[in-house]
Amino acid sequence: MAYVAVKGGEDAIAHAHAWLAEARRGDPAVPELSVAQIGQQLGLAVDRVMAEGSCHDRGLAALAIKQARGDLIEAAFLLRAYRTTLPRFGASAPLDTAAMLVRRRISATYKDLPGGQVLGPTFDYTHRLLDFALEAEGAPPPEPAPEAEADGAPMPRVSGILAQEGLMAAEPASEAPPGDLTREPLAFPADRPLRLQALARGDEGFLLALGYSTQRGYGNAHPFVGEIRVGEVAVGLTPPELGFEISIGDITVTECGMVNQFAGSKTEPPQFTRGYGLVFGHGERKAMAMALVDRSLRAAELGEEAAAPAQSPEFVLYHCDNVDATGFVEHLKLPHYVDFQSELEKIRTLRATADAAQREAAE
Amino acid sequence: MTPAGPAATSDDVAARQGWMAVLARAPAAALAERIAALPPLPAHARLRGPETGLAMVRGRQGGDGAPFNLGEMTVTRCTVRLGDGTLGHAYVAGRDARQAELAALLDAALQRPELHDAVMAAVIAPLAAAQAAGRGSVARKAAATRVAFATMATMRGE
Repeated sequence: MAYVAVKGGEDAIAHAHAWLAEARRGDPAVPELSVAQIGQQLGLAVDRVMAEGSCHDRGLAALAIKQARGDLIEAAFLLRAYRTTLPRFGASAPLDTAAMLVRRRISATYKDLPGGQVLGPTFDYTHRLLDFALEAEGAPPPEPAPEAEADGAPMPRVSGILAQEGLMAAEPASEAPPGDLTREPLAFPADRPLRLQALARGDEGFLLALGYSTQRGYGNAHPFVGEIRVGEVAVGLTPPELGFEISIGDITVTECGMVNQFAGSKTEPPQFTRGYGLVFGHGERKAMAMALVDRSLRAAELGEEAAAPAQSPEFVLYHCDNVDATGFVEHLKLPHYVDFQSELEKIRTLRATADAAQREAAE
Repeated sequence: MTPAGPAATSDDVAARQGWMAVLARAPAAALAERIAALPPLPAHARLRGPETGLAMVRGRQGGDGAPFNLGEMTVTRCTVRLGDGTLGHAYVAGRDARQAELAALLDAALQRPELHDAVMAAVIAPLAAAQAAGRGSVARKAAATRVAFATMATMRGE
């Protein structure tokens, strides 16, 4: 199947774009939404667009959301397109998430753990009842949230605690430069760094459904949330003209360490294994789904039976990118007139042949 | 204070890393306000930029394993030269060209022994204090949401 080039329609397209601009603005009697308002008050939408657009820049993501009329996949597409116009100055040092300025950190495996459980600004424990107080405009801003003495105790990662006891497979130490999907097309077998890059920019809905499928029996996961942490981490970069690492700013990330059973193998004792999720912004659902899918994609490496969709690297990695997916699905809207004409001819010929055969049989 | 070049000591490098980290986190308006409180800084020429590009942000699998590419972020960089040849560099997160240029100018000025102490006192120290206060406020709000869960009956109804 292929689409064909067509000419014409310029006026109609210009008018359609004018109507799009009018529809984007909505009723002029309603005040226009500013990019700053989107950045401040629709922050989780901004976070999702940065994650799936694979570009951390709150202002650009907020602008993309405004331009896309709130269509977050369209906004991620806009951000991906914009990033191709910029040169790359280099790669950061790997983030040190253990040194995060933590706003939220919870563990479902340990009640008492070093650094404690910190709820942070969460929807958990809200009743999911619509709050009509938010409908009122011009209300004064809420009081600043309460503060308490911070003891500054370190918050080691839970996976590290288990690894120290020897009950969790240690991550092999490596400083090998990782492969980069944005420079080299995805090829299989894809190693874990490549898979994590694809998952980090993958569609939240797709990964959520796949992660859910592993819990429901399509792939045997037995996951525990070892830890979720959200906060700001410093980004370090070594410019060649300086020759030493400098800190260029802080970004918000969400990290999820899933702890999974592993029955052991001929060479490995029974122990826990890790699924890992790391995403730009505050995106717990995405980070958890990513960690579930990361672990399920390790089935072959750990010698487990790999029969479920979430355990197939080709299935997951070829379909998790919503910009790729929307491109291929939505291209069906482009003119396929020539292809369809040939299909029409074929169906008409088949129908004519069948009709003739029927008439012959009836006579 | 000697310029942090090839002959720089590790102390020089650590000091420069410290002020560059503060400058990278200071909005252009805050830098301009602090510079206005100083005697005029030497004239500077732009050698490169300010220009916006990307840095590929890396994470580690499992948090502590092999590096992987998480995604990109916008970065703006600038290099300036003072009349005496001192070079100032800046790489700052985001797309603010003015911030990058002012940060590069201040990086150059901070390497000049006759300017260093005044710029540290008027620019870096107050900005560092404001940034530390911001981090402290986040840490204290987080501490206020710290809980101690008490385990009750299990969900399995044993």
